[in-house]
Amino acid sequence: MLLVTCPYCGPRPEIEFRCGGEAHIARPAEPSKLSDKEWAEFLFVRTNAKGVFAERWNHAHGCQRWFNALRDTASDRFIQTYKVGEKRPDRTPGQERL
Amino acid sequence: MLKTSHAAHRDLSLPIEQPVTRPDTKAQVVIRPLPAQARFSLRLNEADLEGAQTAAGVTLDIPINTRSGSAERSSIRLGPNEWLLTGPYDDAEVIASQIDAALSGRFYTLVDVSHRNVGITVSGRRAAEVLNSGCPLDLAEAAFPTGMATRTLMGKAEIVLMRLDDTPTYQVECWRSFSTYVRDYLIEAAREFEPSIA
Ligand SMILES: [Zn+2]
Repeated sequence: MLLVTCPYCGPRPEIEFRCGGEAHIARPAEPSKLSDKEWAEFLFVRTNAKGVFAERWNHAHGCQRWFNALRDTASDRFIQTYKVGEKRPDRTPGQERL
Repeated sequence: MLKTSHAAHRDLSLPIEQPVTRPDTKAQVVIRPLPAQARFSLRLNEADLEGAQTAAGVTLDIPINTRSGSAERSSIRLGPNEWLLTGPYDDAEVIASQIDAALSGRFYTLVDVSHRNVGITVSGRRAAEVLNSGCPLDLAEAAFPTGMATRTLMGKAEIVLMRLDDTPTYQVECWRSFSTYVRDYLIEAAREFEPSIA
């Protein structure tokens, strides 16, 4: 079973988690000043990365906290997990820190 | 029949007609419903723990996913800002007022969930194997010793699993409406070791 390292609980089985999509997407400060196209991009357009990708994850059947994870979308390996508010770590595949 | 109605009173335990076990002590796994308990869900910011390490006779300042206290009263830390507090059913009002007193001036929420949960103990030599039929956690001594407690899954139902002692005895807490499912799942799994279980 794939283990995901929750920053609060440690390594736990994947089925306890839910993925929340791409991380580090800031909500525009003044949505009313955006064009429809810009607003649609904020809402719907996401990076479709092959390789290292920062995602939001929720430990839904554990501590229920949200956190961020760097995951290699090609190998499905988790490279590092970190708490919300922390800076995105600079890592490449093979630099797993779990 | 189990009572799973939302209108069930909090003083109802899981009304299984008889203990799911053989009467002799050689049983490899014993599944037993627990009597009614008072239970509270407490949310409190981690920063507000300062100066409120204990409340209502239990310690709040414990590592995440551990349990402290006795069979009488216990605190289970489910996350950085979430606790499950348990005590005797008749003490519910007392516990609530003691928490109020201990945390006054802090922002917190305390919700009585006594009627929401049902407790079941699973004990004996094969208890971990029975639980692992539906729970993906590593329950080996090194990974899940006595004192560990966490929210996790049992089959498709969310549970809180705690290890109470070295027998080992585990306690499964599930929502009342899932209790028939969880109980039947455990019994089904236990039949492998105790074919006499009905
Ligand atoms: Zn967690």
